[in-house]
Amino acid sequence: MSEPLLKVRDLKIGATIFPPGEKPRDIEIVHGVSFDLERGKVLGLIGESGAGKSTIGLASMAYGRGGVKLTGGEVWVNGRDILQSKLGDIRALRGAEVTYVSQSAAASFNPAKKIMEQVIEAAVEQKKFSRNEAEARARTLFAKLGLPDPDNIGDRYPHQVSGGQLQRCMTALALCPEPDLVVFDEPTTALDVTTQIDVLMAIKEAIKDTGVAALYITHDLAVVAQVSDDIMVLRMGDMVEYGSVDQIINNPQEEYTKALVSVRSIEHEEKTPNSDPVLKVDGISARYKGLTHDVLSNVSVELHPGQTLAVVGESGSGKSTLARVITGLLPPRAGEISFAGRTLSPELAGRSRDDLRELQMIYQMADTAMNPRQTVGTIIGRPLEFYFGLRGAEKRKRVIELLDEIELGEKFLDRYPAELSGGQKQRVCIARALAAKPKLIICDEVTSALDPLVADGILKLLLNLQKAEDVAYLFITHDLATVRAISDTIAVMYQGNLQRYGSKSEVLSPPFDDYTDLLLSSVPEMRLGWLESVVANRKMESAGN
Amino acid sequence: MHPVIALVAQRFVLGLLLLFAASALIFAGTMILPGDVAQSILGQSATPEALENMRRELGLNEPALQRYFSWLFNALQGDLGTALTNGRDIAESISKRLGNTLFLAFWAALISVPLAIFLGLLAVRYKDRWPDKLISAVTLASISIPEFLIGYVLMFFISVRLGWFPSVAMVNDSMSILERLNAIALPVTVLTLVVLAHMMRMTRAAILNVMQSAYIETAELKGLSSFKVIYRHAFPNAIAPIVNVVMLNLAYLVVGVVVIEVVFVYPGMGQYLVDHVSKRDVPVVQACGLIFAAVYIGLNMLADIISILANPRLRHPK
Repeated sequence: MSEPLLKVRDLKIGATIFPPGEKPRDIEIVHGVSFDLERGKVLGLIGESGAGKSTIGLASMAYGRGGVKLTGGEVWVNGRDILQSKLGDIRALRGAEVTYVSQSAAASFNPAKKIMEQVIEAAVEQKKFSRNEAEARARTLFAKLGLPDPDNIGDRYPHQVSGGQLQRCMTALALCPEPDLVVFDEPTTALDVTTQIDVLMAIKEAIKDTGVAALYITHDLAVVAQVSDDIMVLRMGDMVEYGSVDQIINNPQEEYTKALVSVRSIEHEEKTPNSDPVLKVDGISARYKGLTHDVLSNVSVELHPGQTLAVVGESGSGKSTLARVITGLLPPRAGEISFAGRTLSPELAGRSRDDLRELQMIYQMADTAMNPRQTVGTIIGRPLEFYFGLRGAEKRKRVIELLDEIELGEKFLDRYPAELSGGQKQRVCIARALAAKPKLIICDEVTSALDPLVADGILKLLLNLQKAEDVAYLFITHDLATVRAISDTIAVMYQGNLQRYGSKSEVLSPPFDDYTDLLLSSVPEMRLGWLESVVANRKMESAGN
Repeated sequence: MHPVIALVAQRFVLGLLLLFAASALIFAGTMILPGDVAQSILGQSATPEALENMRRELGLNEPALQRYFSWLFNALQGDLGTALTNGRDIAESISKRLGNTLFLAFWAALISVPLAIFLGLLAVRYKDRWPDKLISAVTLASISIPEFLIGYVLMFFISVRLGWFPSVAMVNDSMSILERLNAIALPVTVLTLVVLAHMMRMTRAAILNVMQSAYIETAELKGLSSFKVIYRHAFPNAIAPIVNVVMLNLAYLVVGVVVIEVVFVYPGMGQYLVDHVSKRDVPVVQACGLIFAAVYIGLNMLADIISILANPRLRHPK
């Protein structure tokens, strides 16, 4: 057999970390990983954040992001060890033999340059093609990737196309120089599920048509199962399991892989409305300053005590705007909100302290929702002080109770947010919301930034707390698996309108409206061939409609 | 209408309003200066009648508001009045002086702006290595030493000891362009040293800020050389802050050269202003103030407009 395109042997990667209050020290983040990739094959690298998957992907271009250093091992590309190459030779390899597609195309395109300029840059710079050839090739790729108006889209600036389109442009950028290997680093993670399918399919077909090899990096096993030939499961810089897609999905050997395959297995019995609703949103319409159309139009939902209303939809569907209206940050143009039997003032300034206390929020980015200079004890203690006037030992006792409730415990009292993991940070935010003894917590995409296993833990915690405290959740998410796991009532939003609304069993049972069907069928499933079947079905449906 | 045109027009109108406000301030400021113009013209021994006649002749007895508007309207038509001390037309005297100041500022800018930006790019390319540190140290030193001191030191070594350039930057109409350039070589050097550091450090900081962006990584992963990454991908996104600081320094080159002009006896606006301040020649001081304000506001307005035009989101809306 011929030499593989990419041969990685005992790759070790280190980084220098700067812990607060301590001397910088070197740590190892990848501990000796080995694998082969044949020409034209796709290897999926999967793992949680911190598993080292992106780092390994970038190592195949001899690139260390930030302070990351490639400390040991061998990375052979096209028969030479690039870790031993000179910088000039590495530059000749980047953008010519190996190219890269990043998670956020929106951030990875230079906002000051036209798309075409950036797509052909590597091909022209590396003298693979002349400018005219490269432009022709880019237009062909735009067409192949299903971009609208492929002849002219290159003349636009990145901000003039949508996120899904830009992600396809990024794929064109990577394929334009006719590389041997493309590193796809979470290329669909930032997209809506409905958009993800199209981009995924476009990438898969482009890989097949061009015969390029690919490293496909993602945290979503269901996604990687659709595009890969082989899968490597990574955890904290170690290889856990390495095998064919079929073996990993259908016959995982390691415990960790089994956990990944069976993630999202929370069973949640739907509750029926039992008493007067705690929150009643009646005919709300809202728009932002300077807009001429409503972002929310005539939305009415109800939420009962101790239950969960999931608001689901794509980005731009108005679900976060609904939360802003309910919290009083954006006074509505029409409609009324009643909360715990009283009518809420539309303006934040007009609300009483009890209104504020009984309606709490948890955010997507726990990182930015906490003051990095305050300890966990101060953060959770603040609402206790503000709403209940607790001080000293009394406050401390209550903070510890809350820390126990979120399964962290007293030892976290004096830690700073920087010393917590993503899941722990979100738990602290939950405790802070609970400290106010709210009747309703608005959870805005609280698990979106977390790894699946960690997100599962947070959802389970939220469900337990709901049982114990009888608190209602308004749960905003774009993730239908989360919706299934946690909701009693579901509101499907589409372009500012309430598309479908009812109990979980009603909303998730056929017959569906077109949009809900599209949304439900777009959730990646952990089986081989799911992508093709869903795309085939979708095409038939859109032809029928 | 294209949104950029509206934004640019808005900046323009704001600039005019600001200039109007500045003119009012200048006028009010010279009003509250101690001393009496009539007194300073006629001297201590003048009789009260003579003083009164002088004031009437100069229109100093009119209400302040009326004097302000007649001054402003005349200034808008290019009539800046006559100097009290020598009775000459101010606009005529100033135009030559202003021409000299702009000549000096132009050459100082022509050298310092590209040099500052190039040094800034170089400092980014070799960040935290010796070229970066050297550039930072030298420019910081040059901005920290008072400009008149640099001026005298250069005068001593370059013109007195080495005899390369004249120590006094006298220019007149009969000189050719080369003779003029030779004459202003030293003041241009000093001005360059003074404004270099600010622009260079801002260029460095603005580009380093952009270098954190994900699209810089994309460019690096295309195999581009470091310098290409910096000037092709980082620099276009750092234009707005750089232009702002460049314009501030250009304004300084016109408005703040008083010291240098005095040190090198250069016949520019600065010296003209200083001469007439000491003589309490209020109309001249007002005229100079108005021109300086116009230059300052105009350049900053230009910076705003360039920043707007440099933003592709505004230039090419969805």
